[in-house]
Amino acid sequence: MSGFFRVIKERFKEGFITNNPTFIQFIGMCPTLATTTSAKNALGMGLAVTAVLAFSNTVISLLRKIIPSQVRIAAFIVIISGAVTATELLMKAFLPALNAALGIFIPLIVVNCIILARAEAFASKNKVFPSFVDGIAMGLGFTGALFLIGSVREIIGAGTWFGMKITPAAYSPATIFIMAPGAFFTLGILVAITNKIKYSVSERKRKKEANAALALGDRAEKPTEEETV
Amino acid sequence: MKKRELNRSANDFDKMLTVSPNPHIKSSETTTSLMLCVIIALAPATVWGVYQFGLRALMIILVSIVSCVASEALSSLIFKLKFSITDLSAVVTGLLLGLNLPVSVPLWMPAVGGVFAIVIVKQLFGGIGKNFLNPALCARVFLFSWAHEMTFFTAPKTALPLFSSEIDAVSTATPLASLNEGLLPSTPILDLFIGKQPGCIGEISAMLLLAGGLFLIIRKVISIRIPLAFIGTVFALTYLFPLGDQDVHFAVASVFSGALFLGAFFMATDYTTSPCTPIGQIIYGVGCGALTVLIRYFGGYPEGVSFAILIMNLFVWFIDKFTKPKPFGFVKPEKPKKAEGGEAK
Repeated sequence: MSGFFRVIKERFKEGFITNNPTFIQFIGMCPTLATTTSAKNALGMGLAVTAVLAFSNTVISLLRKIIPSQVRIAAFIVIISGAVTATELLMKAFLPALNAALGIFIPLIVVNCIILARAEAFASKNKVFPSFVDGIAMGLGFTGALFLIGSVREIIGAGTWFGMKITPAAYSPATIFIMAPGAFFTLGILVAITNKIKYSVSERKRKKEANAALALGDRAEKPTEEETV
Repeated sequence: MKKRELNRSANDFDKMLTVSPNPHIKSSETTTSLMLCVIIALAPATVWGVYQFGLRALMIILVSIVSCVASEALSSLIFKLKFSITDLSAVVTGLLLGLNLPVSVPLWMPAVGGVFAIVIVKQLFGGIGKNFLNPALCARVFLFSWAHEMTFFTAPKTALPLFSSEIDAVSTATPLASLNEGLLPSTPILDLFIGKQPGCIGEISAMLLLAGGLFLIIRKVISIRIPLAFIGTVFALTYLFPLGDQDVHFAVASVFSGALFLGAFFMATDYTTSPCTPIGQIIYGVGCGALTVLIRYFGGYPEGVSFAILIMNLFVWFIDKFTKPKPFGFVKPEKPKKAEGGEAK
């Protein structure tokens, strides 16, 4: 049972922080820039990708021993496009407004690098359950990033959040933020902040380890338990 | 004996000459002195703009300058860049931004524009000398986010409140608006030249901008190549292909209206964002001019100078690369001949 939770925890940490598709891996940039004009669109796009990713990861992991490695990419794409078509039809039926807003980017999930990257890097090498969790975690990491970008752009560029007016009446929205340049500004600044945090965390860790090594070195030269194991 | 003498003279030479890698040309000019020249050159047009549009124009210019200088100070502290307030470059950016705004914009717009110009366009790319776009122009285009305010022009001598953003005035058509419909503007050409026309604060007087530009050229701060190629191209294109059935008056009016003189003398010539080879500068100026006319004729906004300069800014690297002068005595290396027979791949 502990392994079960460990897999979940590990995968989610990977998807949200250490290997976030948007801020760390920089994959799936096209929908990231194009569909984040509002928080709602960003959330819709992210969840659609999550659904496709969870499905495709599970199926690819199930079939990983059957698919010959020479034609694996083609096989993955067939599975992914099946999932995307299903998602698109469901969205058309139940969320027509969102589908209209996202437009071509829903069918384009087929060629979204996140999905192929996870299929190639994870699902084709791991068991079904971790692959499923990986799909959910990576998808939600992507959704979170998109949601963040979409929120910033919508609040600055339209003065609204999920369509609700939240800025004071005197605020005159900077429409450039919901146009293409705004996507680059927002993404660039968010990536800069992420990197800053990343480096300061790793720096702190390094210092801590150095201090610990120094303290250990004072007492004894012999290897610690972990090293001998 | 002879050898010794030779050695001694060599040592003397060492003392007489400074032995160092190039560049060898030295000058007493500093960034500060160059920037001061630009400020002096812009002064007449600035004073004229304030005289025509009232004290509100001065307020806008001041807000813009203060915003630029404050953002430069804060951002160099935060990004740990060299502290470069004293080189006056932020003041010039602020001044140019202020001069490029209509007098009726709310006062927070120059403030936002200043922050954008300095922080996003300049400091994020490494500070002075490393930005690839002109900060003041880029900020102006960023401010087109509020298109209504940016295209609201009042006639000169309209009384406007000093601080309030509630402007109780009618918007007038700039001369460019009528030019783009193929008509001569109602303002006589002499008034266009002197600067009695609606427009942005600093762009209205071609005469005073020309005087400032000539001052810069005589002081050798800028070369005449970019402005001449820029304005010449606009004149030639509007003369050869006028809109409607217009004669040479159309071309003259086109040259004297809008931000052409301000852009050609003061913004296209920015050292960092213009080519450094003479031929490159001419190509750059002609490109700016051609794009300006194209945007004026076919674009969504009546004025195209800012967009034209920004687009050409992006090509500076290529222009410099392809117009790199040949070193003296350079011989193009021959291409290795193909080996005979089947050995060659």
